[in-house]
Amino acid sequence: MQFSESWLRSLVNPALDSQQLAHLLTMAGLEVEAIEPAAAEFTQVVVAKILSAEKHPDADRLQVCQVDVGEAEPLSIVCGAPNARAGLLTACARVGAKLPEFSIKQAKVRGVASFGMLCSAKELGLINPTGVDGILELPVDATVGMSLRELLDLDDQLFTLKLTPNRGDCLSMAGIAREVAALTDAPVLDVDCAPVTAKLADLQPVAIYAEVACPSYCGRVIRNIDPKAQTPAWMVRRLERSGLRAIHPVVDITNYILLELGQPMHGFDLARLQGAIQVRMARADEKLTLLNEQCVTFSAADADILLIADAHEPLALAGIMGGQSSAVSESTTDIFLEAAHFTPDAIIGRARRFGLSTDSSHRFERGVDSALPRRAIECATRLIIEICGGECGPVQETGSGAVAFEAVEFRPARARRVLGFDLSDAAMLGIFKRLGMKVDEAGESMWVTPPMYRFDITREVDLVEEVARVHGYEAVPAVSLRGKLAILPVSESNRSALSIKNIMVTKGYQEVITYSFISEEVDRDFRCEGAALPLLNPIASQMGVMRGSLVGGLIQTLRHNLNHGQERLQIFEVGRAFLTSAPDQQPVRLAALAYGSVHVEQWGEKSRPADFYDLRADLEAMLHPKSFELVRTDIAALHPGQSAEIRIGGVKCGWLGALHPQLTQKYGFTRSPILLEIDLQPLLAQSPPCYLGIPRFPAVRRDIAVIVDAKVALADLINLIKDASIPLLVSINCFDVYQGQGVEPDKKSLAFNMLLQHTEKTLMDSEIESTVAEVVNLLAKNYNAILRS
Amino acid sequence: MNLDEILKDAEREFAAAGSLPVLDQVKARFIGKSGAITEQMKGLGALPPDQRKVVGAQINQIKDQVEALLKARRDTIQADALNHQLAAESLDITLPGRGGAMGGLHPVSRTLARIEELFASIGFVVADGPEIETDFYNFTALNIPENHPARAMHDTFYLDGGALLRTHTSPVQVHYMQDQKPPLRIIAPGRVFRVDSDATHSPMFHQVEGLWVDEQVSFADLKAVVQDFLQRFFERDDLTVRFRPSFFPFTEPSAEMDMSWGDASENRWLEIGGCGMVHPNVFSHVGIDPERYQGFAFGMGVERLAMLRYGVDDLRLFFENDVRFLKQFA
Repeated sequence: MQFSESWLRSLVNPALDSQQLAHLLTMAGLEVEAIEPAAAEFTQVVVAKILSAEKHPDADRLQVCQVDVGEAEPLSIVCGAPNARAGLLTACARVGAKLPEFSIKQAKVRGVASFGMLCSAKELGLINPTGVDGILELPVDATVGMSLRELLDLDDQLFTLKLTPNRGDCLSMAGIAREVAALTDAPVLDVDCAPVTAKLADLQPVAIYAEVACPSYCGRVIRNIDPKAQTPAWMVRRLERSGLRAIHPVVDITNYILLELGQPMHGFDLARLQGAIQVRMARADEKLTLLNEQCVTFSAADADILLIADAHEPLALAGIMGGQSSAVSESTTDIFLEAAHFTPDAIIGRARRFGLSTDSSHRFERGVDSALPRRAIECATRLIIEICGGECGPVQETGSGAVAFEAVEFRPARARRVLGFDLSDAAMLGIFKRLGMKVDEAGESMWVTPPMYRFDITREVDLVEEVARVHGYEAVPAVSLRGKLAILPVSESNRSALSIKNIMVTKGYQEVITYSFISEEVDRDFRCEGAALPLLNPIASQMGVMRGSLVGGLIQTLRHNLNHGQERLQIFEVGRAFLTSAPDQQPVRLAALAYGSVHVEQWGEKSRPADFYDLRADLEAMLHPKSFELVRTDIAALHPGQSAEIRIGGVKCGWLGALHPQLTQKYGFTRSPILLEIDLQPLLAQSPPCYLGIPRFPAVRRDIAVIVDAKVALADLINLIKDASIPLLVSINCFDVYQGQGVEPDKKSLAFNMLLQHTEKTLMDSEIESTVAEVVNLLAKNYNAILRS
Repeated sequence: MNLDEILKDAEREFAAAGSLPVLDQVKARFIGKSGAITEQMKGLGALPPDQRKVVGAQINQIKDQVEALLKARRDTIQADALNHQLAAESLDITLPGRGGAMGGLHPVSRTLARIEELFASIGFVVADGPEIETDFYNFTALNIPENHPARAMHDTFYLDGGALLRTHTSPVQVHYMQDQKPPLRIIAPGRVFRVDSDATHSPMFHQVEGLWVDEQVSFADLKAVVQDFLQRFFERDDLTVRFRPSFFPFTEPSAEMDMSWGDASENRWLEIGGCGMVHPNVFSHVGIDPERYQGFAFGMGVERLAMLRYGVDDLRLFFENDVRFLKQFA
């Protein structure tokens, strides 16, 4: 909300400068976002009257004007404006004046001396009030010689308030003035709302069919207004400085009342009303064309929309916007003024349903004083008759009238407990009184009745806040911390995510954070589970759906970094993937990507691209000492021969593999990035260690090499041996894989080392030999393995 | 050959032996089975008994001298060999280390880790919640009924079926209070989402929510915790916190937290987040007795803290993930 400081100061004028006033408001919860000057800086510009204007002897388009600036002798000024003419009151920049863009010096214009300059609005950095081309045209009653800044109140400041939704009572000059007065004790001037005596007996019948939504409706007939009347400059200025454009005197006056008192009003063209005004709910299939030319057709679902209608048709969306058919126009002479109270419940959310947000709905949604319509209509009547002439009928009040709020119980002791500092009962009572609240003391409680503009005071805690706010948050002491001391439980069965991240960092990976939403296409490429989860209102289509996998973001991060000169990248992210929108279907995952050389180019290691086994080693590091299984899998995004599902204790928890060559091509990479995605929880879970003793008898190592079919998976061989539970065999580990000379093309040689151990004795050679033989036989029997000599 | 010649020969030949094997061969010529000294010993028997003792002593003396020469030469050869080996094995110790380089944490993670560590030191535990939320947890349970004007403060992303992306981390409060009984002390860091994207707004950013519920936790305690935290986070004892009245439906009294920044002379205040005393309606929604318990909640923007702490001037950098940016936070 924007307003003019000078308007506010016309109502309340505390001894504070603009900055101090802004600070006061901000620290009272009415945040001043900005203060800007109402006009650009300029000096020595005065109201001047052109006494005569004669053609320049040497220039067709110039005139030599004799200009009265309120001094004994007129000034001679050369002017090129087409509207410069004798009798015109305009702005004159004296010699020595500093304008926003330049300064005025005495000059000769085509041989004729000129002692100043007659100014256009543009030259002064002002909005052109009349729209006439050329120099400023000032009202005929302006005082010649007066400073233009004074005449137009240009030394004003524009305050922009960022009001919170609870403070609808401050959406008006009177409301802000009231607040400033409460905070500073400065006297506040009441807006003149004295009753205007009716000269006519005319009544426009009004019937309320929705008393709950509209408890009070004030109306008044005003006839014979002057259709040629102009909104006075002072009002136009205040409207403009509040961000409103002048339209029509009646509309401008109702807007002015909205700004000054906070009461939205509406003026109907009386001649266009047919029958009685009805305040009622919308009916299905009714139509209404609004002032913004939007045409609304109501449906059955709009039965909670409050309308102002006449006997014939809907006239306005109550509390939101008027309709075109009954709007005042340049030919209107008779009007019907409306100032009504609509409850917040009747207005909330309704404007938005039609894509609207108006000054009126903004106020009614937050709550408008239900006693205000009567005052507002008197104030508006006075202004209309002053500005447009005409005679008014009596104020017609329909409905049950203003609704007062109930008293709220307030316990000062409770307030002290919540706030954590001492404030006397008397101090709190004083605060309530300043805020216009009625207080009845009853034992240890106070019963506080909020004023009718404070819709936000409905329970004790609202009053606690008022106490703190008016006392001043700056005065709240920051006490040293108190609390019951206890050592926090720390489970040893779970590591922190940070410890896992640190493993990846140690392994050379850079952590990234990518958006949780991604393009539908990328999501489709990488989602393994669930259907796409589109946002209904995305920022852009590249952020259109929730990600089903973190890998899409990593792929895009790779693309970005390759485009910016990187050649290798090792990155990871920890975050949620979204399988469905259910809370337990948003697992936190870790995803990693390795692309390009496994090491930074260096002297110490031969360059080779990171591959499946490098990422597997990183996975092993994260899971250590837990064992896991990789099982061949069919994931569309991955190379079918270089991809695997990760299983821990038989449960699938992620996958690992090279990007499918087709996607590698699609995303424009020269080689396939290696990817990993795994649920975070299994990485965090761990078992506290349990000591089993150190074996007393030495282990014996035996190595064997066997030749098997090239397609045989190592894990199958190992599992076969492990499943056989050979008594003395404590471990078997593959330490060499060989294909090439000496081994048939479709075969491979696998070398194993085996550790054999007995817990109670030293092994005999015969026991060792028979154990090795058992392993060899098992492999031979199941996989046709041939022992290499 | 007399003994003196033997000694001179040995001295000369040992010196000529350049390696231990050669030295061993040379040694054999003097004190081996048929070496010169052994031969001399063998010749003793032929001497008259009265000379044997004298000559024998002379031979032994020479033998001792030869052996001393031998040992000295052996030591020299070994020392030379070792020195040679050491020289040969000398490295350019200025070459960089072999193998992998370190990665790094994202600056937001780094900031969150610091925040979590600081709050853990006064007994706050970390809580987490879903990012796709329901209207109930994001709004209703937080005292923001449908159509409340406060909803307009949150530009919300919606999904089918009424689901939405959480606009703040406050829903975690609700989940946690439904599951746990007071006293409670949690922080809830995480991603939040608003339909907003320009130079100073990202549609996704991080917040950290704090909640302390007990019987006597007050507004003054809130100010102390926030001030203490910010002083420790920025490692500045002179940093002060200003509370400015504000409005959040889920807290009352509510405040915007401003932090002093720069020199005292500058008198600059930076918005750092919102806070307040948990609204009784929120307690009622989760079944906590608002007469017995009270507490505070606060929410801060993590990127904002990271930007101030590390001097980052553009919010968008956090989510571009350019490694030239990220590497600077290792």
